[in-house]
Amino acid sequence: MNIIVCVKRVPKTAEADLFIEKDGKDIKKDHLVFALNDWDSYAVREAVLIKERYGGEVMAITVGPEDSKEVLTRCLAMGADRALRIEEPPCFDALLIAKILARVIQGQPFDLILTGVQTEDDGWGQVGVSLAQLLGIPHASIVNRIEIENGKARVKRELEGGLEELLEVRLPALFTIQTGINEPKYVSLAAILEAEEKEMKEVGLEELGWTSMESLYATLDQVSFPPAGKMAEILKGSPEEIVNQLTEIIKKKKG
Amino acid sequence: MTEIFVLVEHRQGKIREVTYELLGWGERWIGQQEGRLTALLLGYGVKELAEELSMRAPRVLVVEDERLKDFNSIYYQRVLSSLLSRYQPLLLLMGHTAYGMELAPSLSVELDLPLATDCIDLSFEGRQLKALRSIYGGKINAHVTLKESKTYMITLRPGIFPPKMPEEKKGTIVIEPSPIQETTERKRFLEYIEAPLTGEDISQAEILVSVGQGIGGPEHLPMFEELAKSLGGMISCSRPVVDRNWLPKERQVGISGKTVKPKIYIAVGISGAFQHVTAIKGSDTIIAINKDPRAPIFGVADYGIVDDFQNVIPLLKEKVKGMK
Ligand SMILES: Cc1cc2nc3c(=O)[nH]c(=O)nc-3n(C[C@H](O)[C@H](O)[C@H](O)COP(=O)(O)OP(=O)(O)OC[C@H]3O[C@@H](n4cnc5c(N)ncnc54)[C@H](O)[C@@H]3O)c2cc1C
Repeated sequence: MNIIVCVKRVPKTAEADLFIEKDGKDIKKDHLVFALNDWDSYAVREAVLIKERYGGEVMAITVGPEDSKEVLTRCLAMGADRALRIEEPPCFDALLIAKILARVIQGQPFDLILTGVQTEDDGWGQVGVSLAQLLGIPHASIVNRIEIENGKARVKRELEGGLEELLEVRLPALFTIQTGINEPKYVSLAAILEAEEKEMKEVGLEELGWTSMESLYATLDQVSFPPAGKMAEILKGSPEEIVNQLTEIIKKKKG
Repeated sequence: MTEIFVLVEHRQGKIREVTYELLGWGERWIGQQEGRLTALLLGYGVKELAEELSMRAPRVLVVEDERLKDFNSIYYQRVLSSLLSRYQPLLLLMGHTAYGMELAPSLSVELDLPLATDCIDLSFEGRQLKALRSIYGGKINAHVTLKESKTYMITLRPGIFPPKMPEEKKGTIVIEPSPIQETTERKRFLEYIEAPLTGEDISQAEILVSVGQGIGGPEHLPMFEELAKSLGGMISCSRPVVDRNWLPKERQVGISGKTVKPKIYIAVGISGAFQHVTAIKGSDTIIAINKDPRAPIFGVADYGIVDDFQNVIPLLKEKVKGMK
């Protein structure tokens, strides 16, 4: 079972103060902490678990800047065997990323491709399923269980309201992985040191035959803070005062 | 004439609410212009659903085929690609749901049509489509222009547009032949798996103390359990808390968990992703405790406390002891 996992390095923004760049095209990123996209980390773990069960090899691929090598090292430490970084184009949308991935993957032997359902940053949720169509293989999205038997996968897809569906998909196939599909494993220092020894290749876009960039389907004009709109009434004061107010509110609203 | 197609979502014999939200958006957008709104219903044995839809859509296009009985994106894609090529509507609207996420990207690649996913608003400048998307967990909006095209594809975020209400005047129902020729083994739908009914049901709770990833770890749970108990309520959570096995799945609030409507919902360390907040909108009062003043949860809460939960919850817990 040869498995390819597509991953992305993303800024962690849930707890951070965000600022917008002068040109209005992106948020400022220099003060942010970056890490492997949460959905992708479940996908990498799942690929390694499948490899442990059925044998084979796991290769992690990213399209991203030089710094992305740190998340590839993380994938290797999590149990991937090889890693590849593809140079990031100057401007891109989800489809262009899928096309670049398709170009690289076409030359590789694979049975299974895993991606995260979406990224934490711009959340298009589009790369995985587009990639499957470009490669002409079947896919399933929002997958939270995979079992493989006789060249077919039985996968569970998460629907709404706690409902799930069971599908049978013929391999080779692509699945986009939902968080919670497995239990993340602690990555030891030994594993990180070992990862340094594993194969990590890099490839430029020109080497892949991308000379001029095609026009994008979606162009980002600008980013902005959401308009204030309705806002909660913020309780003010010392923690004691705040808790007193809160207790009164709870008493009143409890009825 | 501009035409908008809306893909109908239905499951287990019921039309999903997001369909009416899409129709509501489409109707408002068409407004006074010369245009037509068409609901696309793909299924098998769906006469009743078509009748139901015709109360809310001026035109319902129905394609029936045994292979469309349950949702399989391969067959859906086959039918939609044939309908889009034939009618060339200005816009195909889908929900950003388990339907749209499975189908929209591959259809857009097949037909070479621009797609924007998870949009929270749309506008046209001439024939050019501009989409508004909410990114970075709802803290930033992105303004996107789609490449000019005869037809655009959009998935709209569920739960934010008011649904289209039924009308007296019924729409027309048009039956289209199914273009599906071959049966495929590449992807087969096998069955639905219902969530097991176990333990206590958070959707019935009057007070919920709901914890998110921001509580940092399961070691803090006993404190929240105790608080919930003193208030006569229950503990619930966001998805990452379940993903990390801090609490069981039945405690999860959100589109892939439970919809809740308590008298008081207290969200602690929850950022306010749409997948979470659409399922708490029926609460009478929402109180949010989060150390980030920009957390989107404050946009849906009635009362907010901007602080570390560790400064607030222990005090609150003591204060409400025996309050029940
Ligand atoms: C298909 C799909 C389905 C999904 N379904 C669901 C669903 O049903 N339910 C759901 O919840 N999510 C769902 N999600 C995930 C959703 O997109 C978010 O990732 C998730 O809701 C985030 O959870 P959170 O708010 O707990 O964590 P985060 O977004 O990480 O937010 C943590 C918050 O805690 C705050 N915080 C941190 N430390 C402290 C502290 N000491 N004191 C106070 N505040 C603190 C931070 O400021 C931050 O706002 C789904 C996603 C997808 C793609």
